[in-house]
Amino acid sequence: MNDLLPLIADKYNYWIYIVLMMLGLYAMIGKNNLVKKIIGMNIFQTSIILFYVSIAYKKGGTLPIIMGDAHGGGHAAVHAADYINPLPHCLMLTAIVVSVATLGVALALAIKIYRQYGTLEEDDINHQIRMQAGQ
Amino acid sequence: MTLPIDLAILTLVVISGIGALAVKDLLGASIVFSAYSFLMCLAWASMGAVDVAFTEAAVGAGVSTVFCVAAVFHTTRRTKD
Repeated sequence: MNDLLPLIADKYNYWIYIVLMMLGLYAMIGKNNLVKKIIGMNIFQTSIILFYVSIAYKKGGTLPIIMGDAHGGGHAAVHAADYINPLPHCLMLTAIVVSVATLGVALALAIKIYRQYGTLEEDDINHQIRMQAGQ
Repeated sequence: MTLPIDLAILTLVVISGIGALAVKDLLGASIVFSAYSFLMCLAWASMGAVDVAFTEAAVGAGVSTVFCVAAVFHTTRRTKD
């Protein structure tokens, strides 16, 4: 018990990642408004980026920029253990750009749906579609 | 015991995320979501991912908010939940 509690408390990044991910999933499934669903999708995406950045973090590590003076400091030995891992950062840079692209497409589709049906509520749209099919 | 700054920032992130989904006004939800993105950017700067924080500040807090506000002005502010 004595060493289990710090083990859980030290990994608070991952607990918050799980909380944010479930928040986004709930919004995508449970919310009725289309814009709220899109905001939930974006929260889901940022939670995954938080997970990858947490993987890369090292306690006591410095930024992934080579330290040294202006004259050939780069020739000094580079200890990878001193630096935060930059590979997940590069991957997540791409994910941020993809997330803003999906946000733009989703909002454009929501605007088209609003022009067609006059509402953003999912149950109203389903009702109108059912009425049209029943005629 | 000192409170780590990224725990404080991440707590604010969760609070603003819940707020963005709870506000009953789509324009308000867009603005609270912008605050969420900016707090997330601060969290990444504190975790040493400066390039990700740069991109999130420009793209997440800037362009996403403009998209959301533009979409709300083209549709409606009212929402049932």
